[in-house]
Amino acid sequence: MKTFGGPAILLDRSDINTDEIIPAKYLTEITKTALKPHLLEDLLLDGKAFDSHSPEMEAAKVVITRANFGCGSSREHAVWAFEVNDINVVIAESFARIFRQNMFNCGILAMELSKDDIDALFAMSGDITLAVDLDKETVTASSSDGTQADLECSFSLNSYDKNLVGAGGWLAYADANY
Amino acid sequence: MGKTIAQKIFDAHLRDQPTPENMVLDLDVVLCHEITTPIAIMDLMEKGMDRVFDPSKIKAVIDHVTPAKDSKTAAQGKIMREWAKRNQIKDFFDIGENGVCHALFPEKGFIRPGYTVIMGDSHTCTHGAFGAFAAGVGTTDLEVGILKGVCTFRQPVSMKVEITGALQTGVSAKDVILAIIKKLTVNGATDRVIEFVGPLVDQMNMAARMTLCNMAVEAGATSGLCLPDRVTAEYLWPFIKDEYVTIDAAVEDFAKWHSDSDAEYVEVVELDVSNLVPQVTYGYKPDHVKDIADMAGTKVDQIYIGSCTNGRIEDLRDAAAILKDKKLAEGVRGIVTPATPAIYSQAMEEGIIKIFMDAGFCVLNPTCGACLGMSSGVLAEDEVCASTTNRNFNGRMGKGGMVHLMSPHSAAAAAITGTISDPRQFLA
Repeated sequence: MKTFGGPAILLDRSDINTDEIIPAKYLTEITKTALKPHLLEDLLLDGKAFDSHSPEMEAAKVVITRANFGCGSSREHAVWAFEVNDINVVIAESFARIFRQNMFNCGILAMELSKDDIDALFAMSGDITLAVDLDKETVTASSSDGTQADLECSFSLNSYDKNLVGAGGWLAYADANY
Repeated sequence: MGKTIAQKIFDAHLRDQPTPENMVLDLDVVLCHEITTPIAIMDLMEKGMDRVFDPSKIKAVIDHVTPAKDSKTAAQGKIMREWAKRNQIKDFFDIGENGVCHALFPEKGFIRPGYTVIMGDSHTCTHGAFGAFAAGVGTTDLEVGILKGVCTFRQPVSMKVEITGALQTGVSAKDVILAIIKKLTVNGATDRVIEFVGPLVDQMNMAARMTLCNMAVEAGATSGLCLPDRVTAEYLWPFIKDEYVTIDAAVEDFAKWHSDSDAEYVEVVELDVSNLVPQVTYGYKPDHVKDIADMAGTKVDQIYIGSCTNGRIEDLRDAAAILKDKKLAEGVRGIVTPATPAIYSQAMEEGIIKIFMDAGFCVLNPTCGACLGMSSGVLAEDEVCASTTNRNFNGRMGKGGMVHLMSPHSAAAAAITGTISDPRQFLA
């Protein structure tokens, strides 16, 4: 099974929609890799354009965000845009249904944590790196500034979604089972 | 404990239940369009699985960018066309016959009460207006749907939105759903099915019910549903007349899908529309909704009338009632796209197209076009559009543009005044 985790980027806003993750003008692409430069291109944070090509963003393997992430359009291109940028975990207080399912259908993780845990992650200083233990259902955040203790949070994956991650996605699972 | 319509549909389509929470459903219809399907087709081809579970249950259309605007969209159309031919998909709607999927497919009679329907398009919930469980999905779900005819959903959790009161003249289903989204917020219905019930819904025609269900996803809902009744049966009659002796018999049969009186709802929301005034969005989220008076005077550059929300003949009639013998305000561009060829044709017969043209509108062919900023009316930076569509997200109709969602009446009023305006002043 895939391993999950790595440097995190924090997107401090709720209700980030899939148009912001990948604008519709790129839906004319017929390869996933063509989406790579356009991830989060139209995202506004605090009313300002997000720098989607910052060094932090380039290094990120995990996204940490607030509530209702991935709302709006069903476009799986939003998930692929993360995938081709090597981001295989999105952690949020909650997800829009279609985005969450699209993540698991691709065999990658849409992880829900409590609001308190999300607040604690946002409160950490320095750069954050996350390690995910799928069996124990824990995620451990460590900060680069060395002054803080690691933060361990537990999550709970629906066993079906876990099976999709294990199978490498819904197509493989469905082909084996139906 | 009784069952909701969603539970009844799930029970009737259950293929497998890998966990108590997850239900794998057999699908009655898999709908496809050229934006989210080609990658599924290409993946199936690469994997040597280029087949479909049942060609008669797959319906496909080119609607988002049509006619093709460039080589990439032309390629998407070509992939669809060749796939449909290879796999003997008879119900494939190409240029000349194509229209906005969620207007076209119901018009063809493809959606029936009790059906399970998926499409790689979030506004698939529109088809819930027929008492079907219809849900938007991503490309992988679509791909599996095409190949295997199944899709997995969590056990349905239903909420009820009960709508009472009579609408004032100039207030329509769009205003009702905007008011509901304002009340529920953009994730108030996440992972839930909304059942729209009450005397107002009972009186609504199918077009109004589709407008209502269309935007259920803007509150996060998996699907929005209306209970199938006489209105549903009359709409579907041309397609079901061989299956039922009379319309009464169809109405009686449809009632088997109705939620039981003791069915369980996680929440019941009531809305009395007696005093509802026209609604309009102001920000970048569809729950940013205000009474139109609070936005009156906001200058607009473009009017867009169309889409799966409000591109049906009833919508064009509403707009035309205000536009008749009037002109677009100076400096304002008007775009109208009847959602299907049948609607376009009907609008010509009724003189509605002429009203739009005399007012100075550009009349487009049926297409999703500018609704999602892909073609046919994309905004420039800082431009403002009064639109009958369903999303006002940042950049939705073009980077830096602002979209104010409203009803066809309100969009027509903005067209002639050049500013957001209460349409009721133009209706006797």
